[in-house]
Amino acid sequence: MGFFDYLKSILKIFQIKKTVRLGLYGPVNAGKSSLANKISLDWLGEEMSEVSKIPHETREIKVKERVKIKSNGKELDFNLIDTPGIATKVDYEEFLKFKMSKTEAKKRAKEATQGVIEAIKWLENVDCVLVVLDATENPYDQVNVTIIGNLAARNIPVLIVANKVDLKSANIKRIESAFPQYNVVGISALKGTNIEDFYKELFKTVK
Amino acid sequence: MLRLQVIPYSEIANLTSESKITKVLKIAKSNKIILLEGRLSSTEEALLIERTMSNIDRRFKGIEICSIGDSESQDFIKKVKRGLAQLLLGIGASGLTIIGPASIIKEIKRDPDKIELLTKNIK
Repeated sequence: MGFFDYLKSILKIFQIKKTVRLGLYGPVNAGKSSLANKISLDWLGEEMSEVSKIPHETREIKVKERVKIKSNGKELDFNLIDTPGIATKVDYEEFLKFKMSKTEAKKRAKEATQGVIEAIKWLENVDCVLVVLDATENPYDQVNVTIIGNLAARNIPVLIVANKVDLKSANIKRIESAFPQYNVVGISALKGTNIEDFYKELFKTVK
Repeated sequence: MLRLQVIPYSEIANLTSESKITKVLKIAKSNKIILLEGRLSSTEEALLIERTMSNIDRRFKGIEICSIGDSESQDFIKKVKRGLAQLLLGIGASGLTIIGPASIIKEIKRDPDKIELLTKNIK
């Protein structure tokens, strides 16, 4: 063993393991909380967020600390940060379609607007981001462009997760051509499809 | 009746981000669709979303926004080339941004170089 190898091994003993603050960002109902739940369930044995078909189910930041993820013989500690979906409009009348009372719908809309603001502010507090997109939707939505543009401006590593690939109308190629400078991994967070590849890509993104 | 307001780049070029957003939101809240020459930066877009959320109430439901044209994420050489061309030809800014109130615009579809704007039935 050379001197530098010796020095490296000594340093490794005293090295403080860094925890990666991993943000899950994306538009409303793309499956951020489903993916957060899948990761949390895989490595901690418990879910972390409520999921629902009603838009804006996640209206505040949810954090799960010290999630130890292993992939390809490597191990990293993450703080998972599940964020409310980013939107440019919130109309309480949309919630009435889900059999909510007017009061409940208005309360949900108010909380949803606060959630969007909070999600944007939390961009300052992440080391790496999973941009979760619904693979059945048009990826050129301005919200997606804005999120990714902001992450690029802050030099935050990004992995684009094309969720819901189990659905017939899913189109990963369209997402790849919309954001050619980023790695895209297709998964189904609900069914666990391709989740091993997702973890490999996550480790490549974090480095 | 659909009302459009065109904002040339020269009108916002020297404004701070905060002033740009205030101007754009004021117009959107008066139920007009804005055709903005050029693009907002991604941080300005995020600020616009934040301010929009703070302004949502019984009457204002938010906005629809869509930009086409050169983005700020393009590579350095392209940026320099574009900057030189703008300087020599006196062009303000490339790209176009459409912003409008969600009460009027149902959806803006971008695919990648064309924009389709779908409006709601206005009473």
